[in-house]
Amino acid sequence: MSSHYTSSEMMTVTAARALENGMTCFVGIGLPSEAANLARLTHAPDVVLIYESGTLQTKPDVLPLSIGDGELCETALTTVSVPEMFRYWLQGGKVDVGFLGTAQIDRYCNLNTTLIGDYTAPKVRLPGGGGAPEIATNAGEVFITLKHSKRTFVRDVDFVTTLGFGRDGKGRDGVPNIGKGPTRVITDLCVMKPDPETRELVVVSLHPGVSHADVIEATGWEIRFAEAIEATPEPSANELQVLRELKARTDRHHAGE
Amino acid sequence: MADILSLHDAVARYVDNGATVAMEGFTHLIPFAAGHEIIRQGKRDLTLIRMTPDLIYDQLIGAGCAKKLIFSWGGNPGVGSLHRLRDAVEKGYPHKLEILEHSHATMACAYEAGAAGLPLAVLRGYVGSDLPKVNDQIKFIECPFTGERLAAVPSIRPDVGVIHAQRADRQGNVLVEGIIGVQKEAVLAAKSSIVTVEEIVDDLGATPNACVIPGWAISAIAVAEKGAYPSYAYGYYPRDNRFYKEWDAIARDRDAFQAWLEENVLQAGGEV
Repeated sequence: MSSHYTSSEMMTVTAARALENGMTCFVGIGLPSEAANLARLTHAPDVVLIYESGTLQTKPDVLPLSIGDGELCETALTTVSVPEMFRYWLQGGKVDVGFLGTAQIDRYCNLNTTLIGDYTAPKVRLPGGGGAPEIATNAGEVFITLKHSKRTFVRDVDFVTTLGFGRDGKGRDGVPNIGKGPTRVITDLCVMKPDPETRELVVVSLHPGVSHADVIEATGWEIRFAEAIEATPEPSANELQVLRELKARTDRHHAGE
Repeated sequence: MADILSLHDAVARYVDNGATVAMEGFTHLIPFAAGHEIIRQGKRDLTLIRMTPDLIYDQLIGAGCAKKLIFSWGGNPGVGSLHRLRDAVEKGYPHKLEILEHSHATMACAYEAGAAGLPLAVLRGYVGSDLPKVNDQIKFIECPFTGERLAAVPSIRPDVGVIHAQRADRQGNVLVEGIIGVQKEAVLAAKSSIVTVEEIVDDLGATPNACVIPGWAISAIAVAEKGAYPSYAYGYYPRDNRFYKEWDAIARDRDAFQAWLEENVLQAGGEV
């Protein structure tokens, strides 16, 4: 891999590029928030960012540590109550894309943020669903971003907290008033999209310097590759500069308080 | 009209052992001072309701106050786990904790239904999720008009709702500003309510559409300066993100937690 940017930066820039200017995006905390704000500060100045804390059309100068940081409220067009956020804005169909992270994802894009192991005797208890179960079904479509590893990319998730396409890929079939679901998954190695027929994830684009073997090694099932696989474009100098400045501002801000 | 009480007296009067308590504040205005007073008064067997348990319920659970937790996202935001919550769920320490988990959308709707006096909340939720398999409070109903399958959960009707706000006036009317979360709903849904405030003022200075809760809809007001710390109060003080990060190490270790609790809660504050 080229040495002037990291694999994490490659992931964030690629995830940011998925957002188009003017889209309305319901943003998850962490990696999705980093990518969504990078998009807003580069190619998509009019992207509308919404956080579940009720902050509507927010333009934070630093990345929030929590979903309800003061920065989000102070830079928002307006702040609504949490019931209004979920009922009017999300369930009411005003959100184009939900941008989510996860602890575990499977081949049908189902997300697990609940626990590892058995529900009554968990090996590891994770935070839980939060906004994700309804973001994933009520937003027009869903982007997912997370680091690629065998621990996170599993054949079947231990628990379906949030629907991708169900245990058999048919979980959205015939369900009225439901979004398209996940349309792309962006990792530090590649971009994947669900197969239009089976809904199983397929690698469509490899990041520079990443081999098929790297992805196979980091995936917990026999991952498929598209026939015409693309090379993900490298980050531009401007994207890298804006991202690094954003992260430096954020670190200073959170360390100073 | 709300009685203006000391925090000690408000908690002593309205929070009974075994009560169902909702202490709300979505990242912002989390009523930590009231939580610490509940710990100091040694309340036990509480059913704790909160969308995001956050550090406040990590502390109450670690201190042994909770019997049951109803929640929708139980992490330390941007940092990781709530280790006292995990220790209780995974290892039964300090004792076994019953949990009932929802999604945020559901809890928000359930508070709203509680405030509206309805027995249930209805939403387009939980499609394809395993959560209904592990939470028997989640049911599905058919819309009588369209036939659409919708999720239904009981409304939240706590014995006592506890929130923190910026200020109250001398009649006990309360202004909540910034991220208002489900605070108003938590107060209106509850049988009794305690609102802690940064200060009591002559004039709230509220604009016509501000989030104001009338004093006659609140049971007790108590002044608790910096009562939301280490979360924040918009217009008063910022969130102490560094403390949220430090909490990870404190809560990870049972002895470190106990020492923190002793020094910062049990032996601190609590003026009567």
